[in-house]
Amino acid sequence: MTSPRPYLVQSSPHLREKDTTPRIMYRVILSLAPACLAALYFFRLRALVLIVVCVAACLATEALFFLARRKPLSALLDGSAIITGMLLALTLPPTFPASLAAIGAVVSIAIGKQAFGGLGHNIFNPALVGRAFLSAAFPVAMTSWIPPVSLRVDVATFATPLANLKFQDAIGQGTLTSLHNLFWGNIGGCVGETSALALLVGGAYLLLRRTIDWRIPMGMTLSLSVFTGVFWFVDPTRQASPLFHLLAGGFLLGSLFMATDMVTSPVTPKATWVYALGAGLIIGIIRLFSGYPEGVMYGILFMNTFVPLLNHYIRPRILGERRKG
Amino acid sequence: MKTPTFPRGVHPHDAKDATMDKPIVILPPPEKVVIPLHQHFGTPAEPLVKKGEEVLLGQKIGQGKTLFSANVHASVSGKVLAVEDYNHPGGYPVTAVSIANDGQDRLSPDLKPAADPFSLSADEIRDRVREAGVVGLGGAAFPTAVKLAPPKDKPIDTLIINGCECEPMLTADYRLMVENPLDVLRGAELVRIASGAIKVIVAVEDNKLRAAEMMRRHLDGIHADIVLLKTKYPQGAEKNLISALLRREVPRGGLPFDVGVLVQNVGTAKAIWEAVSLGKPLVERVITVAGSGIGEPKNLLVRIGTLFQDAVNFCGGLAEDINLVVMGGPMMGLAQWSLDTPIIKGTSGILAWRTAFPAAEYPCIRCGRCVDHCPMGLLPTLLAKFVQREMWPEAEKWGVLDCVECGCCQYACPSRIPLVHWMRLGKNKIAQAKRKKTA
Repeated sequence: MTSPRPYLVQSSPHLREKDTTPRIMYRVILSLAPACLAALYFFRLRALVLIVVCVAACLATEALFFLARRKPLSALLDGSAIITGMLLALTLPPTFPASLAAIGAVVSIAIGKQAFGGLGHNIFNPALVGRAFLSAAFPVAMTSWIPPVSLRVDVATFATPLANLKFQDAIGQGTLTSLHNLFWGNIGGCVGETSALALLVGGAYLLLRRTIDWRIPMGMTLSLSVFTGVFWFVDPTRQASPLFHLLAGGFLLGSLFMATDMVTSPVTPKATWVYALGAGLIIGIIRLFSGYPEGVMYGILFMNTFVPLLNHYIRPRILGERRKG
Repeated sequence: MKTPTFPRGVHPHDAKDATMDKPIVILPPPEKVVIPLHQHFGTPAEPLVKKGEEVLLGQKIGQGKTLFSANVHASVSGKVLAVEDYNHPGGYPVTAVSIANDGQDRLSPDLKPAADPFSLSADEIRDRVREAGVVGLGGAAFPTAVKLAPPKDKPIDTLIINGCECEPMLTADYRLMVENPLDVLRGAELVRIASGAIKVIVAVEDNKLRAAEMMRRHLDGIHADIVLLKTKYPQGAEKNLISALLRREVPRGGLPFDVGVLVQNVGTAKAIWEAVSLGKPLVERVITVAGSGIGEPKNLLVRIGTLFQDAVNFCGGLAEDINLVVMGGPMMGLAQWSLDTPIIKGTSGILAWRTAFPAAEYPCIRCGRCVDHCPMGLLPTLLAKFVQREMWPEAEKWGVLDCVECGCCQYACPSRIPLVHWMRLGKNKIAQAKRKKTA
């Protein structure tokens, strides 16, 4: 009397949560939709071209690597290359040439991701690797700004709120961008970073669905606020308020969508705090003391390098392990 | 006061509604039972009977020769058909005694009731438990007599009676607490006497309020605290249960008696009561037969050695399209390849349903969910990588041996990586290497 039907003989557990890696990726893509819509509204066709070109170039580069490695092309559907393309596009100036953007996308995937072994193995956020390359290779194109279509100002002298603050004594001149405009996005900047509202909506969705670790935006917000807050408290005539720093530039885009990249952030809760607090602090230091007006990209990339170390040295205590000391 | 629990863990749907309110029914003893001589943690028992011999219900047919072993008894009366290898739920063949049931349940004369069980000494209780072949009925099947004899330098102060039944779908322990609370509590009292414990705690998850209520109502002079714990998996895992109730941590690689605690499952407590008061060996147990592939899910009192097929037939048979049969709970149970396999002492349930074929894995994206849910505080993703790369010293240093295989990591993994499989492989390889070193 042997059983006629074959049964699965698999290792336990026999239950699984429904969530899968592609579902996580597609939730991130969905959460970027408000920022993309805001980009289309403020920068129209330029934003559309950049997003389409970057996503297409990322997918094409990834496909080439899959072909070379004889891996199934179906892995393109995991959504990760689409996210990299979207994030790269959202961090480029609206006037950035599409051809150069495509080069950035190739660098993102080829050097930022596949050179390390593909999804899950990279140390740095791939989109930021591409962006860092473009900043170094095409510095002028990467710092040329135009106002959004909703803002009628002189294009020739136009600067982003952070550049305005740093290089044009905006506080002394009384031309500091209002928090109101920062919130709605009626400002200059990279295509996807201008509207705080759109980014917050997407970020809130990811937080509510527990897709991203709340400690990362929280930690970065805390350290950037405290750091800039101290200087603002000492000299409000030259320093902008913490709220200005949180809403201006790429902080929301970076802290909600880029620093939270699972692959390049720590796996343990305590290490995540160190990572997040460190990133916020470095952003503050660069914004206040360096020659650059903005520091989100380097803040995140810098902390990315420490993730393997953090994972190694800051781990949870095993149940029953003696406490040190 | 906040309901106690342990850190991390997971919340699978408990899926107990199908059998929760179904009283335990007796499965009529089948025509044939197959009783493996290895149903417990430790060395197999040695056969005491031969083919063709007549045996009586409760007669000892296998002798546990070492400390870590357990006696095995006939669960029906009748003629021995064979003493040979037979399918075993563990997946490998084990020597088993097949008996043709004569349907008379002629009792072995060896069974001797005790006049006043509570006046027995600790040694007498232990001897009766050992003789009756009682093992832990929660699943691990550790010989109970060994647990009742902790080392002299490690006195037991607290006895925990584990009624958590944190595995989804299983309701056997729940029904036992609802229907036989007195036997469970009396068994607990005997364990308390045998172990020298001062305090007795009955731990029940807060999705089993009725069980807690029934236990409380039948305390009747027996001193025990009935404590409700949060419904969370793996609440019933020994080390996590101890940390939730007592805030004591069993040291790494240690056992509960290292922190003065003894944990016994509710089913074991009842078996101990029957062994000591009636002299009845462990020849039957309660199991849950459930899952969407089972015609009529039930809680059954079955004779040890009943084939899965007989129990499943009694519960309305299997649905045509099922592809997974599990012994035990869905989180830690063993997948079965055949229903021609006997129910053993450690069988808490037989579950069957249709599951999705294991899909391709995605790469680990280091989301950290395995870390967020591991009740032991391990980094499963990292350990799996160590094992894949055969980095044994690293795997051991980072705690692969602390893994209890509860399955929380794999349950939560969005990339569907078989993390528990890698843990088991690592544990086995390291244990093998150690055996070689000492040999």
